Amino acid sequence: MKKFFQVFYVALILLFIYAPIFTLVLYSFVDTPIVSISEALRIGFSFELYKKLFADSALMTIVWDTLTLALIAAVLATILGTLGAIGIYYSRGKFGKGVSAASRIPVINAEIVTAVALVLLFAFIFTESRSYFALVVGHLVITTPFVVLSVIPKLKQMDPNLYEAALDLGASPVRAIFSIVLPEILPGILSGFMLSITLSLDDYIISAYTKPAGFDTISTYVYGAMAKSNANSSLPALRALSAIIFVVIILVVVIKNLSTKKKEAK
Amino acid sequence: MTEKFINEEKKTRKFSFAFSRKQLCIPYGLFLALFVVLPLLLIVFYAFTDKDGGFSLANFVRFFTSSTTITTVIISVLIGLATTLICIVIAYPVAYILARSNLNRGGTLLMLFIMPMWINFVLRAMAMKDLLTLIGVFGFNNYVNVIIGMVYDYLPFMILPIYTVLIKMDKSLIEASKDLGASSFKTFTKVTFPLSMSGIASGITMVFMPTMTCYVISDTFGNGLITIIGKLIDEQFTTFQNWNLGSAMAMVLLVIMLVSMWVTGGFKSDDVRGTNI
Repeated sequence: MKKFFQVFYVALILLFIYAPIFTLVLYSFVDTPIVSISEALRIGFSFELYKKLFADSALMTIVWDTLTLALIAAVLATILGTLGAIGIYYSRGKFGKGVSAASRIPVINAEIVTAVALVLLFAFIFTESRSYFALVVGHLVITTPFVVLSVIPKLKQMDPNLYEAALDLGASPVRAIFSIVLPEILPGILSGFMLSITLSLDDYIISAYTKPAGFDTISTYVYGAMAKSNANSSLPALRALSAIIFVVIILVVVIKNLSTKKKEAK
Repeated sequence: MTEKFINEEKKTRKFSFAFSRKQLCIPYGLFLALFVVLPLLLIVFYAFTDKDGGFSLANFVRFFTSSTTITTVIISVLIGLATTLICIVIAYPVAYILARSNLNRGGTLLMLFIMPMWINFVLRAMAMKDLLTLIGVFGFNNYVNVIIGMVYDYLPFMILPIYTVLIKMDKSLIEASKDLGASSFKTFTKVTFPLSMSGIASGITMVFMPTMTCYVISDTFGNGLITIIGKLIDEQFTTFQNWNLGSAMAMVLLVIMLVSMWVTGGFKSDDVRGTNI
C-alpha cells in the first residue's frame, strides 16, 4: 500500500514535469497558431512546422549564434575557472579567500542585479554598454564560478603527495600541473564545461542586457515573441525548435547516464 | 633555528617570482575584481547619487515611500513565498522517496526529475503556457498562472539539494532511533527532518530569490499585469532610464542577498545546479 502511494505520487509529479514537454512536441507536428484539440483534429499532423523552421534563415542564425556564444563562453570559463580553482585551493592566504568569496557572488546574486551592474560598468568604460564583448563577459561572469565549484571537489579528492612527488622526481611545476594535476581533476573540468554550456544556453537576463543590437539568443528571441504576441499560444515554428532541443537534451542526458553506468559496472 | 631558515627561504621565494600554484588564481582574481566587484561598487555609487552625480539619498527615500514600489515588494515576497512553499511541499516527498525507496535503483528516476534543469527555462515556460492554454485554464487567474509557471521552472532546484542531504545522511542514526523504540513517524519528525534542514535551506536560496527577481515568468504568465521587484529594476534601466533609482533598488536586493547568505550560512557547493551529477 505504501509502495502504491509512492509510485502514484512520483508518477503524478513526473506527469506535471513532462506533460508540457510532450504537449509541445506533439503540437510541433500541427501547423496552427492555436494550441487546441479541435485544431489538431481539424488540421492533422505534418512536418510543416519543421520545414518552416529550417526555411527561416533568421531563426537558424539565432540558433547558430546561441550555440557559438555558449561554446566560446564555456571554453573561456573552463580555462579561467580551472586555473582559478587550482589557485584558490592551494593558496591558504587572504588573496585566495578573497577570490573564493568574490566567486560566490554571481552564484547567489539575483541575475538582474548582475546584469544591471555590468551595464553600469560597460557604460562607464566604453560609453556603450552593449557589445559582443560585453555579452561574452556577462556569460563568463555567470558560468565561471560553476566551473570553480565543479573543479574544487576533485582537487580535494586528489592525493596531495602526487604533485610533490612529481616535483621531487624533477618535473617543473608547470609540467607537474599539466601531467599530474590536470588529468586527476579532468572529470570536474568536463562537468564544469558542460554546466557552463547549459547555463549559457539557459540565460535570458544577462543576454538581454548586454547583447548588441540586432543580435538574439534563443532565450531573448522566444521571450520577445511571447511578450509581443498577445495570443496565448507560442509562435508555431518555435515549437518545432523547442521540440528538437528537448529531444536532443533528453538524448544527451540519457547517453551520458548510460555511459557513466557502464564505467561503474566495469 | 630551522624556523628562521624556513622564513628566510620563504622570503627568497617571494622575491624570485618563481612559479607557484597560487599564482594560477591571479587571472580569475583580476577578472572577478573588474567584472564582479567593481560593477557592484558602481551600483552603490549610482544608488547614492542623483542624475548630476551629487550625493543624494533621494533614490532610497523614493523607493521606501512610493506606494507602487512597496506594493510590488509585497507582491514579490508573497509570490516568492508561495512558490517556495509549494516547491518544498512537492519536492520533499519526491526527494524522500528517491533517497529511501528502491524505486530509484540506478539513479534513472532521479535523472528524470533533474533533467528539466538542463532545458532552457524560457522554452519550458513556453511549453507550460501551451499546456495551460490547451487545458483551458490559462488566463483564469494571473497570480495562479504565475505561481504555476514558477513552480514548474524551479521545482528541480528544490528536489536536488533535499535529495543530496537525505542520501548523505548517516543511516545508523535512523536505525538507532528505531532501536530506541521511536515510531517511524517520530523518527521522521525528530531525526530525519531536522537533519535535512540544510538541504531545504539551500533549496530556498535557489528558489526564493529568483522567483522575486526573474521577471520572465511573471511577464509571460501574468498577461503583463503582475510586476515583481526584478521587473521594477528592469523598467528603471530600460523604459524610464533612471539608472540611479534602478541602482538603489538593485542595492536593496543586494543587501537582502547578503543578509540571507549570512543567515543561512551560505550554501553547500555540491547542491548547486547538480554540479556533481
